[in-house]
Amino acid sequence: MGMTMAEKILARASGRKEVKPGEYVTAKIDQVMSQEAFAEVYRILKDEGVEKVWDPSRVAVLLDHYVPAPTVIQAEVHKLIREGVKKYGIEGWHDLKAGICHQIMGEKGHIIPGDLILGTDSHSTTYGAFGAAGTGIGVSEMAYVLATGELWMRVPSTIKIVLNGNLPEMVTSKDVILYLAREYTTEMAQYKSLEFKGPTAEQMSIASRMTMANMGVELGAKFAFFDADSKTVDYLLRYVREEAKNRVGLFKADPDARYEQTYEIDVSRLEPQVAFPHDVGNVRPISQVGEVKVDQAFLGSCTNGRLEDLEIAAAILKGRKVHPETRLIVFPASWEVYLEALRRGTLETLIEAGAVVCNPGCGPCLGGHMGLLASKERCISSSNRNFKGRMGSTEAEVYLGSPATVAASAIAGRIVDPRHSQK
Amino acid sequence: MTQIKGKVWKFGDNINTDVMAPGFVFNAPWEEVKKVILHIHPRFSKEVGPGDVIVAGKNWGCGSSREQATSNLKKLGLGCVVAESFGRIFFRNSVALALPGIVCPGVSKAFEEGEELELDLEIARVRNTTRGTELQGEPLSRDMLAIIAKGGIIPAMRERLRIKK
Repeated sequence: MGMTMAEKILARASGRKEVKPGEYVTAKIDQVMSQEAFAEVYRILKDEGVEKVWDPSRVAVLLDHYVPAPTVIQAEVHKLIREGVKKYGIEGWHDLKAGICHQIMGEKGHIIPGDLILGTDSHSTTYGAFGAAGTGIGVSEMAYVLATGELWMRVPSTIKIVLNGNLPEMVTSKDVILYLAREYTTEMAQYKSLEFKGPTAEQMSIASRMTMANMGVELGAKFAFFDADSKTVDYLLRYVREEAKNRVGLFKADPDARYEQTYEIDVSRLEPQVAFPHDVGNVRPISQVGEVKVDQAFLGSCTNGRLEDLEIAAAILKGRKVHPETRLIVFPASWEVYLEALRRGTLETLIEAGAVVCNPGCGPCLGGHMGLLASKERCISSSNRNFKGRMGSTEAEVYLGSPATVAASAIAGRIVDPRHSQK
Repeated sequence: MTQIKGKVWKFGDNINTDVMAPGFVFNAPWEEVKKVILHIHPRFSKEVGPGDVIVAGKNWGCGSSREQATSNLKKLGLGCVVAESFGRIFFRNSVALALPGIVCPGVSKAFEEGEELELDLEIARVRNTTRGTELQGEPLSRDMLAIIAKGGIIPAMRERLRIKK
């Protein structure tokens, strides 16, 4: 019988011919990723006297949550991580000059379609954009994986989401995923695997796919896949190291795979969407947003900090100014994005409009540093979470939208429809 | 049979891990962290005591993979979390840290805050001893129970590495 992408990967990783939803397997892990959480992983391994990791060539470690270190405590955390990386001879070490973990996993060639990849970050579902089974785990489980190379996994059932129609102008894949959260709730895919298919998914750029796979976890998903097609292969071959290139290929579900549910979505009439505080599922179409003044606009994150995101924002902001009572802060997702946006003049456009452009990293997304919110402040954000207290004060409010919505709102000083943001 | 018994704290749907371990107290001393765990509940952080338990709605522990969400609750001495459903990573972490999380449809209607809950872990039988009512939860797999019985995934790792040596 045919298998879904999740089933194919978990069957291979556990050395079985086939697996079925609900089964438990012990899976061999192809690749792991850890950011600042690696400090805690390392502490555990050190305490337990673990002298080596199972395979240093399959481990990627980098810094992104607090870069450069904003406090002495964080500087100590970074120092401890560098010590651990050296001790275990971690081969995929990128320090703080690479970017946000999920972006650089692709850019540094750590993702292969069909691989099982675990990260100490919930947005590890992003690797599904490349047809890889990426998912998040905690630090204790990561310590176990580093020591043994294995972990128990439950085989999830799969939901197929078929996307049809052309996205209207200024409506992006971010709006599609927010729409899904609104329509089907943030637990629609709880403990399940998602497969995004259909002509719209095929047309989407790698960056747009990454946005949706990234936020798959906001729908509760364990994995959030797109098929690995020729676009995926072309992208990855630019980055994957020579000896792994023969493993990069097309990957998708069997034609007779069984899905628990299938949804058909027509995106051709979709409006921009905005998630209101304090829940990702609390989404309204832009026409029903009303008057929401914003103190801050945040463009960046592993969800929407890529070149196409900066470019759509720059197209809106070109020749215009950020509202005097609103601050726009921008974080390119990686060094590569940063440099390319610089070369193309995208950053210049943003800076001329009044944006504060920061170095690649997570910035204020998770409440770490660089643009936290005071009480009663509001932020329109291209990131993935608007939980209470997420970006600073527990009395602040975070609204989620696309990069286009963020840029248009930064000009207006309130949340507005990017389709109407013309000069 | 492992029995877990305690006073119930009640929460609604979609309670995320950010509010169990806010980003703004990462790296803060425990005394400060303690004050903001589950800050969405007005009395929880002030009055919670060892042995208490949590009854929650759907999607408990959704969001970030931060293990501090689970370890903070463990550190407060909570006995278990019984919820309509769990966010996947919290659920994994609850096995990894041996703070049992049990899926139990109907549980949020079966308890009021302050009532007493008793859980037979192996069979996932959930009792409201205040009312004398019973509910059936979803038992954990044998592997998960074995990890919990060992005290979590790190003791399991210790045991496994020792066996291999």
